[in-house]
Order: sequence, then C-alpha cells, then structure tokens
Amino acid sequence: MSFVEYSEIIQEGDVVIIFLGHESMMPIKVQSGAQTQTRYGVIRHSSDLIGQRFGSKVTCSKGGWVYVLHPTPELWTVNLPHRTQILYTTDIANITLLLELKPGSVVCESGTGSGSLSHSILRTVAPTGHLHTVEFHAQRAEKAVQEFKEHKVSHLVTVRNLDVCKDGFGITGIADAVFLDIPSPWEAITHAKSAMKRKGGRLCSFSPCIEQVQRTCEALLDHGFEEICTLEVLLRVHDVRTVTLPLPDFGPEEDSADSSQVASDLSQDEVPNIGNTSVICRTATPPREMAGHTGYLTFATKPRD
Amino acid sequence: MAECVNDSDAEGRISYGDYVVLKRGDVFKSVQVENKKKVVFEKQWFFLDNAVGQLYGTRFEIEAGGSLKLKAAKHSGDSLDSKEAGQDNRHIVDDGRSQKLSRDDIETLKEQGLKGQEIVQQLIDNSTTFKDKTEFAQEKYIKKKKKKYESDITILKPSTRLLAMMYHGREPGKICHLRYDTLAQILTLGNIHAGSKIIVFETCAGLVLGSVMERMGGYGSVIQMYPGGGPTRAGMESFGFPSHFHETLHEFPLCKVNALLAGTLDLSEKDADSQATGSGNGRSESSQETSGVSEEKNSEHQSMEVSVDPQEEMRRAERERLREQRMEEKRKKLASAAALLEGRNADGLVIASRFHPCPVLMGLLKFVAPSRPFVVYCQYREPLIECYTKLREQGGAISLRLTDSWLRHYQVLPNRTHPVLLMSGGGGYLLSGTTVAADAAKARNQHKSEEPVASFVPESVSKVL
Repeated sequence: MSFVEYSEIIQEGDVVIIFLGHESMMPIKVQSGAQTQTRYGVIRHSSDLIGQRFGSKVTCSKGGWVYVLHPTPELWTVNLPHRTQILYTTDIANITLLLELKPGSVVCESGTGSGSLSHSILRTVAPTGHLHTVEFHAQRAEKAVQEFKEHKVSHLVTVRNLDVCKDGFGITGIADAVFLDIPSPWEAITHAKSAMKRKGGRLCSFSPCIEQVQRTCEALLDHGFEEICTLEVLLRVHDVRTVTLPLPDFGPEEDSADSSQVASDLSQDEVPNIGNTSVICRTATPPREMAGHTGYLTFATKPRD
Repeated sequence: MAECVNDSDAEGRISYGDYVVLKRGDVFKSVQVENKKKVVFEKQWFFLDNAVGQLYGTRFEIEAGGSLKLKAAKHSGDSLDSKEAGQDNRHIVDDGRSQKLSRDDIETLKEQGLKGQEIVQQLIDNSTTFKDKTEFAQEKYIKKKKKKYESDITILKPSTRLLAMMYHGREPGKICHLRYDTLAQILTLGNIHAGSKIIVFETCAGLVLGSVMERMGGYGSVIQMYPGGGPTRAGMESFGFPSHFHETLHEFPLCKVNALLAGTLDLSEKDADSQATGSGNGRSESSQETSGVSEEKNSEHQSMEVSVDPQEEMRRAERERLREQRMEEKRKKLASAAALLEGRNADGLVIASRFHPCPVLMGLLKFVAPSRPFVVYCQYREPLIECYTKLREQGGAISLRLTDSWLRHYQVLPNRTHPVLLMSGGGGYLLSGTTVAADAAKARNQHKSEEPVASFVPESVSKVL
C-alpha cells in the first residue's frame, strides 16, 4: 500500500480505511496482533486484514460486517485527524487542474496544515515530482513528517519548519507551481516568485475573506503576474430517492371518462402506480443545508523572467 | 546562475510539428505548427513560421501580410493619459455621437499601420465624453478598446487547463458540455495517477482521454473503449504528448466486450480488424482486399490466356504484404488490450459520453478491481439517477454520490470587487463511487433509496465538501 501506488493485498504496516456504512469510515494502521473496535464488533488485524484483498468484506466479532478500502488522498481527506481547517476534494481538484499539476511537477506549498492537499499533490506528482511544503507550527510540521513516512511517500516530499513570509520555501528557481493557504498571502508573493522556475509557473492562493483576496491580487499585479483570476467553486450533492406523491381526488368525472386517465397521464415510464391514488417518482433532491463557502481561489501565471 | 541550466531550453522552444495553444485574452485555439500554413484565429489570419525557435509563452504581434513579430517588452504604465476625470455620470448623455472617428476612419488608421495602442489613444482623443467619465469608467473604456484593437497573441504549450477551457468556450457540444471544473473533479475523484491502469470511455473528442493521459505522465496504461468504427483521438493529439506516451494507450471495441467477458474472444478473426480500425485506411484496405481478391481471380483467369504484367504483380504483392502487416499489428493491439482487460483488475473507470451511461457503466465495471474509484459524467441528471438506483440494487459499489459543481468567477479591483456578471449555468453531473468485492449485501443500503424521515445530520455537512 502507498498513497501514490495501488496494491492488492493488505500487509502489516498499511494504513487502510474501514467503511462502516453511509458516510461512516475510519482509518486504521494495520499491526499484527492488534484489534480495532467498531460498532459491529472487533476486527482482528492478523486474521481479518493481513493477507486479505483490498475491497473485501470483513465480518466483525458481533456478526456485522465492514469493507476494507485501499487509501486514497480523497478518502484520507474525509478521514484524517484535523489539526487545522482543511481543504476538501472539490477545491483540491480545481487547484490540481488549474495549477497544471502532473507527474514530474515540482510544487511548493504553505502551510502544510493537516496535510489534506499535500497528500493529493503527492499522488499527482509521483513518481518523478516533488513537494516542498512549509509549516510554521513546529508540532504540525513534525506530525506531517511522521504521516508522510507512514504513508510511504517521504521520498516525494520535504517538510520545512519555516515562516514562508519571512524565509520563503527554502528553495529557489525550481517550482512549477506554488500554493498558498496562509493568513497573509500577499506577504509571500515575492518568495513565491523566486521559488518558481525562470521559465515561469502557476500560482494559487486560497483565502476565506475577500479582503485577503484583494490585497493578494494587488501584490500579484505589482510583481508582474499575469492571467490573474479569482473564482470559487462549490459542490452540490443530489440525494437520490424514491418519493410517493399522492394524487388528488376531484370526485367522479361527469363525462364517464376514466378517472384513471389523470394518473396514467402522470405516470412515468417504468414506474408502477399504486392503485390510482399516488405516483412513484425516482428523483434527486438537494440536502437541507450545504457548504456555501470554503474560500476564494486566486490563480495567476508567472511569465518567463 | 546554475539554475538556468535546469530550464531545458530545447523543451521550451516552439518547433515545427508541435501542437500549441494560441491565446488572445480569454480566447484559446489549438493548432499544429506547420510550414507556411495559414492559421485563422480571432478574425485574423497569420503564419506561425516566425514563431519557430522562439520560447513558449512569447507574445507576438501580427503584421500586415500575416507574419508574426516578437512583441517588444512591456512598458510599465501604458502611456494612455487620463489626466482629467469626472465624478459621476449625471451629465453624460449617451447619444451615440461622442466618438468622432467613424468606422472608416478607424479602418484607415489600421491600414496606415497604426498599432493597437495607438488606435486606442486616437479613440480616446476623439471621444467628447472621455474626460467626463469617472476614473473607473475610463479604465473600463480603455480595457474594452484594448481588447478590441490590440491583437497580440501568445503561444502556449498545451495543457488540460488550456484545452478544457478552450473546448468549453468554443465547442462545448463536442465535449458534452463538460465544464473544466467538472473535469477537474473527474480526474481527482478517479484518483488518476501515474502507474495505474485506467479504462476510459468518452465521446468528448479525446479531451477526457488526453487529460487522463496527462495525469498518468506516460506511466501505467489507459484502455480506451470505443463504440463503432474506431476511437476518436483528435483532442488527445492536441496535448502534444511525447511519443512514448502513446505506448501506454490501448483501445478496445465495445462490440467485443461480451465476447471478452464470456471468454470467447477470437483474436484471429479477420473481419474484426476492418471493424476495429474504422480509419480511412481500414476501409480502403478492405476494399483493396476485395478488389485484390477479384483481381487475383481475374488474373488467374487471364493467366491462362495472357501473362500478367510483372510490375503490377510486384505492386500487388507489396500491397498484400503491407495489408497483412497492418492486420497483424491490429491483431496484436487487440490482443494486448484484451490481456489488460481480462484480468478484471483495472484501477479505475472514467465514463463521459453522449451514450446512456447506465449500460456502459454496468458493462465496464466488471473490469474494475475491488476498492477502486469510478466516475461517470453525464450532461443530464436523470440517466445518472438510473445508474445510482441500479448500482444500489446490484451491489458491488459504495460511497455513491451524485454531484454537480457550482462555479463563479470574480472581478477583483480596488473598490470594484464583485462576482462577474455572466456565470456558467451548469457544467454537467457526476456519479462517483468505489467498487467493493462483488458479494455485496443489499440489506444495508436498500432502505436508503426510499424517502428518509426528515432529519438534519450535522457531520454530513462537512463530508459533503
């Protein structure tokens, strides 16, 4: 197992994701002899996990069962322990596309935070790229190093405990892309520019507040960045469900036309009627509430020096 | 400066044969650099020959006659004077007569060889209301005129970002109206990365295929399933991948899927190949084949009476040999694609087409290993609702989510920051999920398809992100 490469069989030391049911998952570290408690009972690592195929069903001690999944950055994002507010897959996907990340890309990121975006970047730039990530909080930086090691991606990443606004990323002239998720990104633009390759590169800054965005765009303009573009993106989920809609009773028709006419007018292709009193619809509805804002994404291109 | 050496210049220079992306403002076009070939872009025509040897990212002017000229370095603070400005527009009357230059006048200026910036200055000088406009209105006016009269183009290296924006802006119908942020979701939710084995079925002109290949970086393999005659790859060519990327690309016809699943695929079938190519070559080959056969029969007939021209004989033998060779290659390709598929251990599945997604999904999912993601794009919602329902019934997939992406751009200027006025209405829908071992219990999931008791679960809000 690794976060940048699939494998088929679960081994000791792997991080796996246990799927318990609708939107309920948890990560566990596989260790021989160890046990994990779930609401369906105990999972014994040695007998239930090690040697099993990813994706298989595991029956727990109480008789209930779960699925064991191969970790991916997307699964990690919704299961990782939060040390900070994190970036979610919707924003991450757009950042990846618009920064033009791909295998071989060299990327600079600050702050590392809880490593949500970091894992996604590592997956995308592997096996020949590299991530230089900067985190000014010493413990978070340390935790990130640990996690990358456990997830078998250390060879692709360098974590530096620095303040990017004062010290930059620790490297210059080698980045294809720079990502900033810090309180004052406008203070890091100079360093971002010098971290990038001479031939140019892409930059992205993520900020929750519009005032931050304004100051950042001004700084980008001053530093000669082009194609400055700010956008926001939100995911809308559609809950698929089957609903039953009762039909009104207008009383018997005078013309002796069939009152079932109304129902058959409304019926959809393969959906049966329940007598003539209601219609079944297979449809999708929005959830009651949805995430309305995460942050603004500002992209820019550094032209050739 | 040792860093400079790393920026391999050779890779950074435009060459003949390269696929490039032309950019003017927010408009893009993908073209191939060819010798003395006329290119039309944004109502201008020109030749790319002068760009060869220049670095990617260079800006050019179009000279009279269509040749490109390097644009001189940008002067900071474009000298478009705006000394005077008004406070508001209460006295400005829009009678359509404030610009003294007529259309013909402007054409004359253009013919005289005036540069875009100079024309804009002329327009400002000849506008009676310009000095009364507010500073913001003046900036907006200048920006608008620049966009119209400055005709610089930039030549860029292709990327998914540029091509996706181009297709969505110019020819959305060709890509089933797939918007670039939705494409971004497909690539990330599908965990597309180097070294995996991905099955792609798309009718998006090859854009989706190309973007998958870009994210695989030449490692691993991509199997493109195709309906009918042959795979569409025009959009993929526009990415300008190095040749070794093409070695990772395989194709397999949908019409042979059932045979493959049943284990009855016959790789030595002759007629398979004329179906499998669908390219012009294929068709003329098969017609050559028949004409060759009839020729043979005729010549056999004739040889009884008249000796056949030896030259003709040689040419025919050569054609035969080439045809055999091509058919052998196609057989090999079919066999290699079949070999990749029959293990039923693909790492992912991406579907984005105008076909009804349900049967495509149900058919192709069989080739995917357990615990792997799949993503289905559809321009419309209802077909995906069907897929969702079928998957719930059948099992074998978890974490099913039907989503679409809402996108909004912002204008960010001092005291003028607001969302942009025009917004994309929609970018299509996605159904994503993860495969699991086939023996799936229906019990746990079935009740979800019925209308639940209205309840608000707080943690699902964060999971939705």
